[in-house]
Amino acid sequence: MSARIGVVVFPGSNCELDVVEAITGLGGQAELLWHGDISLGQVDAVILPGGFAHGDYLRPGAIARFSPIMDAVREHASAGGPVIGICNGFQVLTEAGLLPGALQKNVGLKFLCCPSEIRVETTSSALTAEATVGDVLRIPINHFEGNYTCDADTLALLRGEDRVVVRYVDNPNGSVDDIAGVCNEGRNVVGLMPHPERASHPLIGSTDGVVLLRSLLISAGAAVA
Amino acid sequence: MLFSVLVETRLRPGIADPQGATIERSLPHLGFDGISGMRVGKALRFSLEAADEATAQAQADQVTQRFLINPVIEDADVTVSVAEPA
Repeated sequence: MSARIGVVVFPGSNCELDVVEAITGLGGQAELLWHGDISLGQVDAVILPGGFAHGDYLRPGAIARFSPIMDAVREHASAGGPVIGICNGFQVLTEAGLLPGALQKNVGLKFLCCPSEIRVETTSSALTAEATVGDVLRIPINHFEGNYTCDADTLALLRGEDRVVVRYVDNPNGSVDDIAGVCNEGRNVVGLMPHPERASHPLIGSTDGVVLLRSLLISAGAAVA
Repeated sequence: MLFSVLVETRLRPGIADPQGATIERSLPHLGFDGISGMRVGKALRFSLEAADEATAQAQADQVTQRFLINPVIEDADVTVSVAEPA
């Protein structure tokens, strides 16, 4: 049976259907989960998609982290289940404390909507298990607050524990250490600013995101077994 | 009693401030010299009903730390005063 992926919809999410389409296209089962629900149902993995949850008011993710479903997401993560945050989802995961650091306004204060190249730095994560270290993937970014920041101790910890999952080849937003994505200590929670679902079909210009989504499907399948 | 609360947030030392940096870079072009260390924060003002000032301060501190700031990157000063009668 194929892995079941729950895609959380917050008020203001806008990439949930793209994620569902990409997951379905790869043979996974995807279902939308409402932020006001308190249960994840029977899903094997959770994706927090891109968008502007609650209008990004106060700070991106600041309000979404208190959504009822986030307790279930936290439980799923602490049980080792895969949780992926894409763009706004990454911001929600940092605000929720499920991932370290924070996402700041881009250097230069520009909203960036363009292709980016990211390098896979570790294959030991729920999102990169099927990739190869050093792979350069061309995947779009679409954000104003994607400038990853953390204190020096956290950065040293992330580097020491091989928890920087992907780095920008050409840093577009000022992120510390070119970081485009990180994972938690258990390596099952991963956040990244680029949108793999927007690089999942030849018709949309790139299929480089497929290896990441396939990794998630396999991680989710493994979580069931 | 009704209290007025002012929460002033700022980025913690060492956290890069793209807004402050952009503003500071533009100043010489506008003829403002001698300005440095530009940092951008936020001011949040609200009213709070509480039994006394200590309780109001504790509640304001709590909402600030839990919600109004991201302690990973921000600090805040929380000032509580008795609200002026309308």
